[in-house]
Amino acid sequence: MKILVTAKRIPDPGQKIKLKGNALDLSAANWQLNQFDEYAVEAALRLTEDGAAPATRQGAVTVASLGPADVQQQLRSALAMGADKAIRVEAKDEELDAVIVAKTLEKLVRRDQPDLVLMGKLAADNEGNDVGQRLAALLGWPQATFACSIQVVDGGKALLVGREVDNGVEIKKVRLPAVVTVDLRIIAPQAVKNGRTAANFAYPEGPRYASLKGIRAAKDKPIEALTLSGLGVSTALQVKTHGSELPPARQAGKKIASVHELVEKLRSEAKVL
Amino acid sequence: MGNVLIYLEQAEGALRPAALSAITFARAVHKAQGGKLLFLLIGDNVKGAAAQAATFGADGVLTVEAPALQHYLAETYAPIVARVAKEQGATLVGGTSTAVGKDLFPRVAGLLDAGLAPDISAVLAARQFRRATNAGNVYQTLEITSPAAVVSARQTEFSRAAAIGSNSPVSAVAPGNIDAQGAEFVELQTQKRDRPDLTEARIVVSGGRGMKDGKNFAQIEQICDVLGAAMGASRAACDAGMVPNDLQVGQTGKVVAPDLYIAVAISGAIQHLAGMKGSKVIVAINKDAEAPIFQLADYGLVMQWEKALPELLSELKRIKGA
Repeated sequence: MKILVTAKRIPDPGQKIKLKGNALDLSAANWQLNQFDEYAVEAALRLTEDGAAPATRQGAVTVASLGPADVQQQLRSALAMGADKAIRVEAKDEELDAVIVAKTLEKLVRRDQPDLVLMGKLAADNEGNDVGQRLAALLGWPQATFACSIQVVDGGKALLVGREVDNGVEIKKVRLPAVVTVDLRIIAPQAVKNGRTAANFAYPEGPRYASLKGIRAAKDKPIEALTLSGLGVSTALQVKTHGSELPPARQAGKKIASVHELVEKLRSEAKVL
Repeated sequence: MGNVLIYLEQAEGALRPAALSAITFARAVHKAQGGKLLFLLIGDNVKGAAAQAATFGADGVLTVEAPALQHYLAETYAPIVARVAKEQGATLVGGTSTAVGKDLFPRVAGLLDAGLAPDISAVLAARQFRRATNAGNVYQTLEITSPAAVVSARQTEFSRAAAIGSNSPVSAVAPGNIDAQGAEFVELQTQKRDRPDLTEARIVVSGGRGMKDGKNFAQIEQICDVLGAAMGASRAACDAGMVPNDLQVGQTGKVVAPDLYIAVAISGAIQHLAGMKGSKVIVAINKDAEAPIFQLADYGLVMQWEKALPELLSELKRIKGA
């Protein structure tokens, strides 16, 4: 199976947020791979290997990102996990919106013709949750968003995907090629079944760490550099950000000494009981 | 400027509560842009829900019905929404950002080549919207500059609309060629619960990793039952398999904003706070006085849950019985 994984770099979500004027101040940001995209890399590797013998890979995993030259660091980390090659499309973050990103990916898909596009369900910074579905629309492909499990079925021609929905898990079947966006539980030990790895095989929870060997190998793996103009993507923004502000801080309230007092306060003061 | 087309979710012949929030959002955006306000319902039988939708003062209610539309699929629904938007001259298309909305609207935006304002919390102008990003720690103002705009609204930020007793014309639109593009609904794995839905409950009681074991959540369930509350959980508790994942509150789960939110044995990771800090009154019960949850709790009780929950249950039974 040939898989294209998309990866976005984001500022460390644990860092305190600073504003400069009415824009986010990212000058001191520690950039990292969006966690959901890292999970998509892990899922792609699980789909293309025998879990018990991961060196015997079948298929190819390409990781693509849009961004400045620094994004190579995040791409190298995905290559160190085991992806085969990477693509970086030169762009400045503030000059992108979901429309441009999806159209860029559409060009890459039409050129490289993967069987599956995998990505995180959202980027944990702007929480757009837009690109995967938009890309599927542009390609006329089926989509399975918020995936918590993936099973290869029909001799590799389709996927059975468990989707996190409001009232449980929806099982959806998608013919390949398809776009799948992954949710947190995709990295559970038995969430991905590729039909090759033994059915009872269990991965350790979470995305894999890069091995020393993997890190060394990543240095020799290719990162193809492309541009938006070279791909023929229009760079007119359809979504503009006019400014950011911090929400009003919530004041810490009082400490209560007993359950009895708590219930009385909720009744007489807060009037919510 | 064009018309406003709002997709309303329905189930079993009635509007879903999320649709009532969609109508409140619809009124706000319609006030900002003008034109006609149109509601759209899709399914195998939406007549009951359409009759209900007609009482909310829209200029028209459009229905698209076919047996193949019984189960929601982005692949079949998105082309219908996009086509109806074009036919009706709608330049703003939207609804609520439920699991369906989050799946559907970006695909609709892709088909319309339109910008998307996802999961917004306020309508600032016809094309300007506010939304929370970065786990609720930033408010961002977005402007859509494409001729058509697609907008999904966060359910908890728009109250449920009240009907005004209107009698909007209801008209059926032909479903056209329905092509699932290789997608198929197989089944929904769900647990029937007698309690209200998390996103709709007036009171939510959530447990965290500190509950240690799934069976201990029975004590939270008992309290929920006395209060008519929904039960929630932190990501840590869901990841540990203590409770099903659809109970998760947070950036990666559901966003809730009840009148009362009680967090039990939840330390208060950023991503959890993102899902509940819009609650009107927050109570934290945690044995660790330094837990971050106390920084935004209106009432904090530093106590082990093992001691607090039985006491709370008997206090609540006492006042509810009285």
